[in-house]
Amino acid sequence: MINFLLKRLLAIIPVLLGITLLLFFMLRMLPGDPAQVLAGQMASPQDVEMIRTQLGLDQPVYIQYASFLNRLVHLDLGLSARTQNPVIQEIWARLPNTILLSLCAITMACVFGIPAGIIAAVRPYSWVDYLVTIASLFGISMPVFWLGIMLMIVFSMTLQWLPAGGIGTWKHLILPTVTLASFVVAFIARMTRSSMLEVLSQDYVTTARSKGLKENLIIIKHALKNALIPIITVVGLQFGLLLGGAVLTETVFAWPGLGRLIVDSILARDYAVIQGSILIFGLLYTLVNLVVDLIYAFVDPRIRYE
Amino acid sequence: MKAGMAPLLSIVGLKTSFHTLDGTITAVNGVDFDVYPGETLGLVGESGCGKSVTALSVLRLLNPSMTTIHGQVNFDGKNLLSLDPEEMRMIRGGTISMIFQEPMTSLNPILTVGEQISESLRLHEKLGRKKAWEKAIQMLEIVQIPSPELRVGEYPHKLSGGMRQRVMIAMALSCNPRLIFADEPTTALDVTIQAQIIRLLEHLKKGSNTSIVLITHDLGVVAQMASRVVVMYAGRVVEEAPVVELFHDARHPYTKGLLKSVPVLGGDKKTRLNEIPGIVPNLLHMPKGCSFHPRCSMTMDICKKESPSMIHFNKNRRVACWLATDDF
Ligand SMILES: Nc1ncnc2c1ncn2[C@@H]1O[C@H](COP(=O)(O)OP(=O)(O)OP(=O)(O)O)[C@@H](O)[C@H]1O
Ligand SMILES: [Mg+2]
Repeated sequence: MINFLLKRLLAIIPVLLGITLLLFFMLRMLPGDPAQVLAGQMASPQDVEMIRTQLGLDQPVYIQYASFLNRLVHLDLGLSARTQNPVIQEIWARLPNTILLSLCAITMACVFGIPAGIIAAVRPYSWVDYLVTIASLFGISMPVFWLGIMLMIVFSMTLQWLPAGGIGTWKHLILPTVTLASFVVAFIARMTRSSMLEVLSQDYVTTARSKGLKENLIIIKHALKNALIPIITVVGLQFGLLLGGAVLTETVFAWPGLGRLIVDSILARDYAVIQGSILIFGLLYTLVNLVVDLIYAFVDPRIRYE
Repeated sequence: MKAGMAPLLSIVGLKTSFHTLDGTITAVNGVDFDVYPGETLGLVGESGCGKSVTALSVLRLLNPSMTTIHGQVNFDGKNLLSLDPEEMRMIRGGTISMIFQEPMTSLNPILTVGEQISESLRLHEKLGRKKAWEKAIQMLEIVQIPSPELRVGEYPHKLSGGMRQRVMIAMALSCNPRLIFADEPTTALDVTIQAQIIRLLEHLKKGSNTSIVLITHDLGVVAQMASRVVVMYAGRVVEEAPVVELFHDARHPYTKGLLKSVPVLGGDKKTRLNEIPGIVPNLLHMPKGCSFHPRCSMTMDICKKESPSMIHFNKNRRVACWLATDDF
């Protein structure tokens, strides 16, 4: 087990290296000159050149990459070209907001999506099942920004119950959470339904019935536990994606998270911040995956890590 | 069979239909038979003839929204088909239990063997957790699983097919049922393991008064274990006889065909000699008249027009065939 953990943690390093490499060269293929963007339209060519030298962008790309890696080893992600703050600090200011919002959204998705999926699977083709199907169809296909704006119009502008944006109290969390979770709730409900339906048709469920167990016990103890195994993966992957920053939701509700930081940095060609944020995102994503694998081994006795 | 004894289970006119997208499939169509206390009844027939569906109908394990069941299943003075679902539930696993065909998929992969045996015991025998666990170990010992104290805590994937089937048997026996449906308990196993499991069932049978309905298409197993045999074809009973009479004096052409297709002992297990020609009819398009007539070598005109009624020779001997007469 410990060995497995160590191996997996070590395996993160090449993954992250791969991410940085891809990212580094892709960024530099983007149109637009960061020095020019930073200096502004009015700047003289000399100023632009000076900024370019300052950022090290006058060096060949491989030298830039080498010095990026060198700094990375010392846990230094560099300075933001836009704000002159250390990139770490920029990310650190946003990350807790993103994690908070993602956690709320994924919790809501599980709390509503899993039971909805179970109920739909237990009574397939009943009116509840159709209700869940229709609702999840809406959830999956509704554009996030449209849903966000509609919620905002109804709950903050018309009813004035909830703030329209920003952070601070739990009330600020509600609309972004609902907006962000709508897709995931629907997705998890669909996955749970199909996974449950499959498990309910397994021989061991018939065996459980032949023993005279109560239907509720069969559903929870015999079926749900098995059906959850694939759901865990879905929840993990979705959570990983949410951590990457919900760009649209964060923009609609002026939520200061990682997603908006990345978008703002891309617009400003702020290479250091983009690289740093994506790297952190990659790290979180691989860690979430590792946790999912560990949960797997915990839930499914057939899986053992050596 | 046992004169004067009242049957433990008496199935009368059982008819089970599935409502599918293609139409209604009547998988069991008017089946009657009795099971007496303590006996082993063989229920044989080719794949798809409705053996499993009969057992599942008796235990009411088929999805009620997709199936309709008619007829009577009298057990212990009650018609199981008219019990309310809660009463029926308490009979399942307690008084009547079932052993399934596929030991590889019939155990829950994420619950320990002990848990799966002891949950029945907690429910039906009202044992506490600890007592039920101890009894589970005892049951594993009874079905001759080596080092039961260790095995009890293991998950099914650690056990071989034969071991799993032993666990299924332990589960089915755990609450001292009065009747067990063993649905092809050995079909999925290797030949040597099959023999072991049959020997185990025989051994367990000796010391108890439990009745067994042994479902199989292996007539060798029937010869070894059953005292009476009911032969099914396409959802109906076509013949019933005590086992010795069946092997020496089968009356229905289908039964005769089945007997001829028994693999020769010591011969190549895979090649069945004299397979009955033709295929089992599609339940959606049943032939007119006797459902066996397209495959029968002795078809007469009447066989194509009307389906034969059951002729009872004596209490344990009946045949549904136009050729069958009292002086057969
Ligand atoms: N849930 C179901 N829905 C529709 N048809 C079914 C269903 N279950 C069984 N059948 C049909 O009923 C018929 C009888 O099936 P059954 O399982 O009883 O056969 P069997 O005699 O047990 O055969 P085998 O030896 O292969 O186990 C088959 O034609 C099968 O296709
Ligand atoms: Mg069967």
